[in-house]
Amino acid sequence: MTKGILGKKVGMTQVFTDNGELVPVTVIEVQPNVVLQVKTNETDGYESVQLGAFDKREVLATQAEQGHAKKTDTAPKRFVREIRNAELGEVSVGDTVGVELFEEGELVDVTGTTKGKGFQGVIKRHGQSTGPMAHGSRFHRRPGAMEAATAPARVRKGKKLPGRMGGKTVTIQNLEIVRVDAERNVLLIRGNVPGSKKSYVEIKSAVKIGDTQLD
Amino acid sequence: MNPLIAEITKEQLRDDIPEFRPGDTVRVHARIVEGTRERIQIFEGVVIQRRGQGISETYTVRKISNGVGVERTFPVHSPRVAKIEVVRKGRVRRAKLFYLRDRVGKAARIRERGHR
Repeated sequence: MTKGILGKKVGMTQVFTDNGELVPVTVIEVQPNVVLQVKTNETDGYESVQLGAFDKREVLATQAEQGHAKKTDTAPKRFVREIRNAELGEVSVGDTVGVELFEEGELVDVTGTTKGKGFQGVIKRHGQSTGPMAHGSRFHRRPGAMEAATAPARVRKGKKLPGRMGGKTVTIQNLEIVRVDAERNVLLIRGNVPGSKKSYVEIKSAVKIGDTQLD
Repeated sequence: MNPLIAEITKEQLRDDIPEFRPGDTVRVHARIVEGTRERIQIFEGVVIQRRGQGISETYTVRKISNGVGVERTFPVHSPRVAKIEVVRKGRVRRAKLFYLRDRVGKAARIRERGHR
């Protein structure tokens, strides 16, 4: 069972913990999420709760989105995600879920879309090493050989080559919640999360904590 | 800075920090926690740099301890610092005094600020 909530990355800063340590945190704005739909085994074949956050204007929404939001009597949402096997307490359609869901010290996984880097070479994109820049090497930032000429006589699938980098959905696991600010609807999460400022992120209970939950 | 971030960090900013700049000599009363006991250790030396702003602002204090140069960097707003005393104001012509690392004794003196 997982807890989950949707938010928007505001930026990063640092805060002092109780023992005086200065820790880097990402500020995530979590306006109360609206439960748009509750899916159950009987009707949908699996259990999940659909959450929506951040209103958008009626003209920007499709008719389908408008109709879907109307059932819960809210504005259409910019960011809608399902939480599988959600543990949000007893929720029904139209309820709101806020930052109070999480506690300080809890570990979470944060999913977001990374910043787009454009078309990049293998050095930045795959972390390969550069060739020597001098002494007439003539091999500076190239991707290397494409495999042997006779044996496979082709480039194998998955060969690391230049291409589009970033803009991918990435999950960072086991980040600690440093502070829950219910007054300002803000979560402070230790470390960095994927994406640019103002990008939307999904925060869920950590899947890999096992017995190592911090106390 | 984003106004929301400014608001979040504002409550942790200290307003009891005296004004001091690079070149000044300060006594930093640092809280040291040993097991359950807490005591105060004084670190006195020359401020050789101040960097950052807001909650991330730090300063570096350099002193010569038993013939060895020791530098400690503290966050300006750290709750682990009980008090900062400005012992002497120094007149210097740059913001980062890293040249002091290459000097000892008389050569590492700093002129006093405030009177000629």
